[in-house]
Amino acid sequence: MNDYFTEGDPLQDTQDPGGPLKDRWDKRRFEAKLISPANRRKVSIIVIGTGLAGGSAAATLGEAGYNVKVFCYQDSARRAHSIAAQGGINAAKDYRNDGDSIHRLFYDTVKGGDYRSRESNVYRLAQVSAAIIDQAVAQGVPFAREYGGLLDTRSFGGVQVSRTFYARGQTGQQLLLGAYQALERQVGAGTVELNTRHEMLDLIVIDGKARGVVVRDMVTGEFETHLADAVVLASGGYGNVYYLSTNAMGCNVTASWRAHRKGAYFANPCYTQIHPTCIPVSGDHQSKLTLMSESLRNDGRIWVPVKAGDDRAPADIPEDERDYYLERVYPAFGNLVPRDVASRAAKKQCDEGRGVGPGGLGVYLDLTHAIKRLGRHVIEEKYGNLFDMYAKITDEDPYQAPMRIYPAIHYTMGGLWVDYDLQSSIPGLFVIGEANFSDHGANRLGASALMQGLADGYFVLPGTINDYLARNPLPADVDANHPAVVEAAEGVRERTERLLSINGSRSVDSFHKELGSIVWEYCGMERNAEGLSHAIEEIRRLRDEFWTDVKVTGVNEELNQSLERAGRVADFFGLAELMCIDALHREESCGAHFRSESQTEGGEALRQDEDFSYVAAWEFGGDGDEPVLHREHLEFENIKVQQRSYK
Amino acid sequence: MKITLRIWRQHHQDQPGAMEAYEVDEISPDMSFLEVLDLLNEDLTLNGGEPVAFDHDCREGICGMCSLVINGLAHGPEALTTTCQLYMRHFEDGQVIDVEPWRSTAFPVIRDLVVDRSALDRIIEAGGYVSAPTGAAADANAVTVPKKDADRAFDAAACIGCGACVAACPNGSASLFLGAKITHLGSLPQGQPERDERALAMVEQHDAEGFGGCTQIGECTAVCPAGIPLDMISQLNHDVLSGLKHQSGQ
Repeated sequence: MNDYFTEGDPLQDTQDPGGPLKDRWDKRRFEAKLISPANRRKVSIIVIGTGLAGGSAAATLGEAGYNVKVFCYQDSARRAHSIAAQGGINAAKDYRNDGDSIHRLFYDTVKGGDYRSRESNVYRLAQVSAAIIDQAVAQGVPFAREYGGLLDTRSFGGVQVSRTFYARGQTGQQLLLGAYQALERQVGAGTVELNTRHEMLDLIVIDGKARGVVVRDMVTGEFETHLADAVVLASGGYGNVYYLSTNAMGCNVTASWRAHRKGAYFANPCYTQIHPTCIPVSGDHQSKLTLMSESLRNDGRIWVPVKAGDDRAPADIPEDERDYYLERVYPAFGNLVPRDVASRAAKKQCDEGRGVGPGGLGVYLDLTHAIKRLGRHVIEEKYGNLFDMYAKITDEDPYQAPMRIYPAIHYTMGGLWVDYDLQSSIPGLFVIGEANFSDHGANRLGASALMQGLADGYFVLPGTINDYLARNPLPADVDANHPAVVEAAEGVRERTERLLSINGSRSVDSFHKELGSIVWEYCGMERNAEGLSHAIEEIRRLRDEFWTDVKVTGVNEELNQSLERAGRVADFFGLAELMCIDALHREESCGAHFRSESQTEGGEALRQDEDFSYVAAWEFGGDGDEPVLHREHLEFENIKVQQRSYK
Repeated sequence: MKITLRIWRQHHQDQPGAMEAYEVDEISPDMSFLEVLDLLNEDLTLNGGEPVAFDHDCREGICGMCSLVINGLAHGPEALTTTCQLYMRHFEDGQVIDVEPWRSTAFPVIRDLVVDRSALDRIIEAGGYVSAPTGAAADANAVTVPKKDADRAFDAAACIGCGACVAACPNGSASLFLGAKITHLGSLPQGQPERDERALAMVEQHDAEGFGGCTQIGECTAVCPAGIPLDMISQLNHDVLSGLKHQSGQ
């Protein structure tokens, strides 16, 4: 325990219907109150974000007849960062007849998450997974097909079946365009009002319930308040806290963090995923990192030279002087071990001096064997766009020499706490997609983010939100003049004015870079108590400096990208501190959270189930006060909890 | 490397704009073009200037948000490359580079290099979809799709909606954007029931937004970062003509 937080009451998911696992979702949907189609028009819902989760939810709720308002910060709903997902989407279709089933997808996901997710939620995810593929195909999503016209699949890390559907290396793009087109159809039908270039800056809570948002029109600077019966956050993850990540430049935690400050618990913030196969950093100027899809590990072999400091060109290193370390250490899964295992293994090789490329921060991802075996055209067909991207960024030809890759921050499993209904600890505030914490435990498996985002948006939320809406209509006397609405808008205005008035000597980006390097160093691939305590002090120092020395140019009443970034970075400070507190309190290793004090003799993550088999849900304590920890104990009735092994 | 950027500065849609020159030093050939703008903006921020506004987001060539005309070419000199994936190794030390926004009647400038492309969304809204309400879908393998049709649909669906085709077209036409969506959905069995209406409604909206007509110049496909081929405009024309034919009862 440490001095950075206080202990609160334990937490329970009261919406979990219980009973036999396979009947729970049916049971919950049956027990949920409905709203008749004729009355839905009078019920309003705000959705923040238009990625896979937000786009699919808004389209589906619009189709159902609700009155939906959607906001996104991009200039079009089609640009949300789901678009950049490459490799694929999992579904328990068992089209391969290779032993897959709903139960196996459930099992793989719970095990992959290192037994830190809820059985009920994950089972439901596996149950609805097949319908997502059906839905996407009906929309015209051009999945890869075989010559017979049937859908093709491939394998991803952490599983031994082939259940990943894909559209070349652009699966996220194609699924998002499907959701986006369904959304635009509803805009045309008048059920959805779409507001692009609008950023949510606060949540409006009235009598303990989420009833609206304050948004800034990013073109005019106007602060608008919008009220609704319920609010849905689909605002993505917080990987950009690290500055360098595979997230888009605009991805941010503001919507979630503002909701957290208004009472929504933040769960497991320290569970951040480092993806093993990204293009290594080339210099200080770098603004973002680019992923090379995990699907490459289907045909690619990862290796380093056996001898430390071997700087021969890869082609000159004979086979017996190469260490295919994943195949050697994990013979059962080989190059397809889960992401956390692959990332740590790469770091270990580099720490021991066997890394390749500039600074020794890289390992080879080699497809030359596959090119020889299958022919260049087959590899081109499967991964062509990834190879092109690699060549553009590095100026090297991956058809000739192996790619160099290194781990980078990619996804955040932590997020706002939600119950089985995907409702946060603020009634009326629902959180879906990467923004919530619910399904991936301490480590997400490849091709499961697209599955979860669309499961939440197309099927889960539209089956649960009705229960809340039917029981909690927006009171008729609440309007824009309600004190809580006025106060929220005024708070946003004051904060904006404060940012613009500091007029210090450092740019927003310089603070963001420094914050990112602290978090990467001490709360990245490996963490320990000393480093985390140090990081918390450093983050606090930097936050104070930010609020006295940042320079934000321009005025509010215009398109002002400097101001947009300043607000986002300001919120990253609070989140970064909470991440480190969470990581410090969790004195075990699990999934992506690796505490150097808790490892096996072989250097694998060692869980401490007796003490840490719970979700850590953090309540905002107030500015300058400690956060309050609420523990939700995790029960495993259907899966035997064991130390994870991929050997 | 040292580069001179001549950048279109326009404070507001209603105010006139002008090209302004800036020198940027200490550029590494491994920097992306947008990272050079980042560098310039850091300098402007700390030295009393106004940073240049430009659209960008994913910086990996897929979201379609970045949108610069570089030395007269939409997305710059490299083929099949978005602005964000353009690296400085393709430029010379000491070079003068002009940087302008997408220019088209249908894309009004909001500020500096940022334009309003919402017209493209309204074209999709008019009919660029398959009507498939959630929950009503048949099993994904119930209808087989010949691989060549699926591949053709994918090639078309690769359009990132950036609008470079419009910026490059002397007529300001969005026909390549239209052709890509019409080919994508029209190549699949799921897209057949609405095929006629889709083509007619999207073209009607396209014209209403102020985009020009296509005269088969081909600048669009030359700058397209997603490699959408010109024959997808032929597919568009085919579908519009057959839609009109069916509409008139022939």
